[in-house]
Amino acid sequence: MKKFLFVLLTAYALTGAALAVEPDEILKDPALEARAREVSQDIRCVVCQNQSIDDSNSGIAKKMRVLVRDRINKGDSNQEVIDYLVSRYGDFVLLKPPVKIKTMALWFGPALMFVLGLVGIIFYYRRRAKETVETTGAAPLSAAEKARLKALMNEEGNPS
Amino acid sequence: MKSRIFFLIPLAAFCVLAIYFALGLTKDPSVLDTDVLDNHPMGEFKLVAVEGRSEGLSAADIKGHVSLVNFFGSWCVACLQEHPFLLSLKEKNVIPVYGIDWDEKNPKDVVRWLDRHGDPYTKIGVDATGETVIDWGITGAPETFVVDKQGIIRYKHIGPITRRSWEKTLWPLIVELRKQ
Repeated sequence: MKKFLFVLLTAYALTGAALAVEPDEILKDPALEARAREVSQDIRCVVCQNQSIDDSNSGIAKKMRVLVRDRINKGDSNQEVIDYLVSRYGDFVLLKPPVKIKTMALWFGPALMFVLGLVGIIFYYRRRAKETVETTGAAPLSAAEKARLKALMNEEGNPS
Repeated sequence: MKSRIFFLIPLAAFCVLAIYFALGLTKDPSVLDTDVLDNHPMGEFKLVAVEGRSEGLSAADIKGHVSLVNFFGSWCVACLQEHPFLLSLKEKNVIPVYGIDWDEKNPKDVVRWLDRHGDPYTKIGVDATGETVIDWGITGAPETFVVDKQGIIRYKHIGPITRRSWEKTLWPLIVELRKQ
């Protein structure tokens, strides 16, 4: 059983490594190929939109992979390649949206909501504590009162 | 009373988000921003001819007059939908339509396709590498661009040209650009 599980998990791990990059696309220089892979993983395939061009086997993703490698081979920096694709397809081609005025809400909205919620909760409890004191006009119990309360409670709970 | 209103805030926030997301669902996610290249000059390119023909297509051919640049392929089903319309443009000599053929499995496919359905194009170039296709920000076919006399891209239309989009958007823009 253990052996079976091991084989199953190994097979599963191997499928994760299956990528769309085809052997004839790979650059000869491993350093350049590594850069190409790095860029490709951040570029959205414009047809199958939640895949990167590194994962996608669509025709246009293949063309983009080849173009990325071609540009890197000709001496473009990673950023230059990315900038070129953004100039053609817009920010949408990036899997990670850039921080811009237009995307502020996207990047900072959740944190802002969290802080607002926290402030709301703090205010709510502080006001409730204050209101209790105000509406009843009661000061906290003194030591003598506490002792008497305890005695009374005991009396009721244990009629012995 | 005041605190009751306070408790309604999450409900109100939920309603706002629900409406926002409901509107989002009505949008087609496969249609990307179409105005990325608007008012940008087209890049240089020099494409080879369809097999058996002598003339390809280069950027220089497109400059000098207002024209349409149509990305198509023999594999593209939606292209056939606008095909009769493109043919009628050629027949009536309305505007030059330049074709860029891409993603053919076999270079002969497009020859057969043109023989079978007719050739509505003034000139055709074949983009075998996809370089020009990416340079024009293409995501599918058909996609049609209106290019002005200076070779500046003015409008991108995604999908088959319909009578409605022609009358409402493309033709008025062409008339406008011709005056310049």
